[in-house]
Amino acid sequence: MLEIKNLNVTVEEKQILKNLNLNIGKGEVHAIMGPNGSGKSTIAHTLAGKPNYNVESGEVNLNGEDLLSKDPYERSLNGLFLAFQYPIELPGVTNASYLKQIVNAHRKSRKETPIDAGEFLKILKEKSKLLDIPMDMHSRFVNTGFSGGEKKKNEVLQMDLLDPSLIIMDETDSGLDVDALKTTADAINKLRNDERSFIIITHYLRLLEYIEPDYVHVFQNGSVIETGDKTLASRIDQEGYS
Amino acid sequence: MNKVNKDNFTQEKYKYGFVTEIESEKIPKGLNEDVIKLISKKKNEPEWMLEWRLSAFKRLENMSVPKWAKAEIDEIDFQDLYYYSSPKDFKEKPKSLDEVDPKLLETYEKLGIPLKEQKVLAGVAVDAVFDSVSVATTFKEKLNEIGVIFCPISEAIQKHPELVKKYIGSVIPVTDHFYATLNSAVFSDGSFVYIPKGVKCPMELSTYFRINASETGQFERTLIIADEGSYVSYLEGCTAPMRDENQLHAANVELVALDDAEIKYSTVQNWYPGDENGKGGIYNFVTKRGLCKGKNSKISWTQIETGSAITWKYPSCILRGDNSTGEFYSVAITNNYQQADTGTKMIHLGKNTKSRIISKGISAGKSSNTYRGLVSFHKKAKNAKNFTQCDSLLVGSECKANTIPLTENSSNSSSIEHEATTSKISDEQLFYCMQRGLDAEEAQSLIVNGFCKEVLQKLPMEFAVEAQKLVSISLEGSVG
Repeated sequence: MLEIKNLNVTVEEKQILKNLNLNIGKGEVHAIMGPNGSGKSTIAHTLAGKPNYNVESGEVNLNGEDLLSKDPYERSLNGLFLAFQYPIELPGVTNASYLKQIVNAHRKSRKETPIDAGEFLKILKEKSKLLDIPMDMHSRFVNTGFSGGEKKKNEVLQMDLLDPSLIIMDETDSGLDVDALKTTADAINKLRNDERSFIIITHYLRLLEYIEPDYVHVFQNGSVIETGDKTLASRIDQEGYS
Repeated sequence: MNKVNKDNFTQEKYKYGFVTEIESEKIPKGLNEDVIKLISKKKNEPEWMLEWRLSAFKRLENMSVPKWAKAEIDEIDFQDLYYYSSPKDFKEKPKSLDEVDPKLLETYEKLGIPLKEQKVLAGVAVDAVFDSVSVATTFKEKLNEIGVIFCPISEAIQKHPELVKKYIGSVIPVTDHFYATLNSAVFSDGSFVYIPKGVKCPMELSTYFRINASETGQFERTLIIADEGSYVSYLEGCTAPMRDENQLHAANVELVALDDAEIKYSTVQNWYPGDENGKGGIYNFVTKRGLCKGKNSKISWTQIETGSAITWKYPSCILRGDNSTGEFYSVAITNNYQQADTGTKMIHLGKNTKSRIISKGISAGKSSNTYRGLVSFHKKAKNAKNFTQCDSLLVGSECKANTIPLTENSSNSSSIEHEATTSKISDEQLFYCMQRGLDAEEAQSLIVNGFCKEVLQKLPMEFAVEAQKLVSISLEGSVG
């Protein structure tokens, strides 16, 4: 469903991704591990279309369509979801109205009518409960003054609401304590199905103990140097990257 | 093909830019005693009103246009303007809506202000002012039953001369400054509101100002009096056709709150702002002032300023009554070549008076947006308090934002708190929203609406949604 071919990406004239190749099939969970500065987050931002991440050459296809020619919002509407490592604050925008607006943007692109307020509230309650999110968090401003854990849970809530086909998680486990990690991982596991693929970017084994990956890739200097199954993650955890 | 597209785009940006094809009757161009006498005669005014106008005009001869605003204003030839324009054959205001010219009803319908009572917004009474005359006022009888007077000021001058005489010019003196004095000489129509003692006005009162005729100035005059223990919430809306010329709107609005009374005054100003090259648009030079005359009284100004080529207004409060409160909540948006110089004056005269200023300026394109404010504590203003917060948001890199807060303090027991911020919509915020499926304009509008939320939520419910949309529309084309 996702094919990355010979991808070269520069950021501020510095080459970060070098001839990257990666194929992700439907329903697969891929973990990307690697030391700091190896280009893990760059792959996430490039796929999502962040400005200033310049694709010099290469190709990316998502569900058979050219991804790189699309605007960031079109990529989202086409099913790509990036859970941010550092979710952004939107002061003055209440979380509930923001969530409703992004849900409606996706409904609109599917030519559906905007969601009814009552129905939305019902869905929001249901999905918040899964993540142990208290409802009063939704009357606060998006991510503003949220704790690290609340921000990450809010990202997972959004991925649940938007029903994406490809989820990229950029260090979703950082900033979560053990309990929050478990709740979050449980919620993510519920989102796993045959149609949906995941890219999980992480430094640590602990998230992968909850969400078992089908493949583990090791990044170094902007490309994949080793691919294996989940045992590779354990090995790295014990031996390090070198 | 190109042209069609462009027109469509402009049309969408300012959807109130149409002209009503209705014959108008104007008095000759120019500013002189004869013109003033003619206006007064058209309005069937008593002698004292004419005298008052003429005395203002005499003063005007020795006054000049104020120059201190941070705006580039083309010189206005005051002799080359029409000072009065009304739909033709409009001798007397129609007694009922059935007698109103269908073209006028249609105009207001198009503006989203249906005047037929079965269709109107429940709980909102409307006075519709078209160029220099009020063409219809809804719910008048219903309000009359509880003693609330809501009518065009021209009618109040005839029917309630004792109230008008007592209060007109009592807050904005005839001699105040050039535009205020000009207005006093040539004012045409506006609304008059009187809320009797102890009455909480059960509906929102609103006036909708429409400029239609070309080369015509609109000189609105509004007077609102809240008697002891009463309450009223009032809202004004404004639009005008798209024209290449600059048109002048110079209004005077006076509010008087007696003991324990409260007036909430909201404005959604959406005058034609000019095109993307800065051609045309309304010059909005407005004097708005409220007097908290009685103890425990309260006046609150809320304004959403999105239109006009130049906005120049400082809705102010004179806090004379002990324990009185003044508030100013403002969102001013400028795009393209628009210029806004707006803010407030809070004059603390009485003991324990309080004021609160929340100003949100948003500049985009090549526009200029200035907050100018004065907080003044007089000697007797013991324990007076002010809180001021001025936030500016810049969209793009070619616009300007200025904050000029002045304070004068002659009272040693008073306190002023001031906070100011300037921020830019960050690329990170835009990208975050876009990653969740919002396009660039939707993302920007969400962020900007968040920035103004504190002010938008002060608007009456019926208008808050409309105002949010307006905020988004005003910034269209400024992304990227």
